Amino acid sequence: MSAAAAAPPRPRFAPGQRVRVRAAYPERIARLHLRTPHYLRGRPGTVQRVLGSFPNPEAIAFQRPAEPRVLYHVLFDQPPVWGEGAPGDTLLVEIFEHWLEEA
Amino acid sequence: MASKAPRPESLALLEKLVAALARRGLVTEAEIAERQAATERASPETGARMVARAWVDPAYRALLLRDGTAAAEAMGVAMAGQPPLGVLEDTERLHHLVVCTLCSCYPRAVLGYPPHWYKSAAYRARAVREPRAVLAEWGTVLPEGVELRVVDSTADYRWMVLPLRPAGTEGWSEAELAALLHRDHLVGVRLPSAGRPARAA
Repeated sequence: MSAAAAAPPRPRFAPGQRVRVRAAYPERIARLHLRTPHYLRGRPGTVQRVLGSFPNPEAIAFQRPAEPRVLYHVLFDQPPVWGEGAPGDTLLVEIFEHWLEEA
Repeated sequence: MASKAPRPESLALLEKLVAALARRGLVTEAEIAERQAATERASPETGARMVARAWVDPAYRALLLRDGTAAAEAMGVAMAGQPPLGVLEDTERLHHLVVCTLCSCYPRAVLGYPPHWYKSAAYRARAVREPRAVLAEWGTVLPEGVELRVVDSTADYRWMVLPLRPAGTEGWSEAELAALLHRDHLVGVRLPSAGRPARAA
């Protein structure tokens, strides 16, 4: 697997910024390999850290050229995701930039 | 882990695959042997040594939290070709628990093979939905006021927990501290304790 030779993409989001995971379900209409957990689709969170850029796994899985995508560590409140849980508990999840939008 | 001897057909297939990869110049037999040796060498003792050193050496602790990959390399772990390692710092107010809900991503370079429960559908589903119930089943009850942060390892990083150094270990050597650590402490399902043996029941 070879990363694209282009310069690493500039991150669109910064630590502390509020974001939302896209409420998209493309796996319903095509066979895909996604690294965005279903339970976080449409959920608001906060960028904790920019983790760097990595070849897009959605392309690697099908042996297509995989351009680098920025990966973030995004923090979510845990109770609203499930409608249960202890206040203050959180989920910290790696999400690629093309799955995030401004919240 | 006990395993049956591979079937002759499987070995023949493997031989053909290795020959085809070598013919195309994609990988050499030496590279495969090296990776196999590294995989078999990897064990939770490595992660335990890293955490124990971080407990006694502030400079190493800073490196571990800033760049887990470099901290592993400083311990003699070959990290070339391995996913980057991130380390999550527990505090008096915050405890981390690691899971991979999508598959079984695990910091193999420093913890070795993941245990079977880590790969089970039950752990993967419940760790994000009812993490405190999961911890309670491990006998882990967080002190009042400690928030729980579940880290879902979904992509290119691998994550290990840096637990709090247990009370009652003042003056312990790095080797003694490493000996009280178990894989479960580095995933976050159990808390290390000076009074309890490292081995899980």
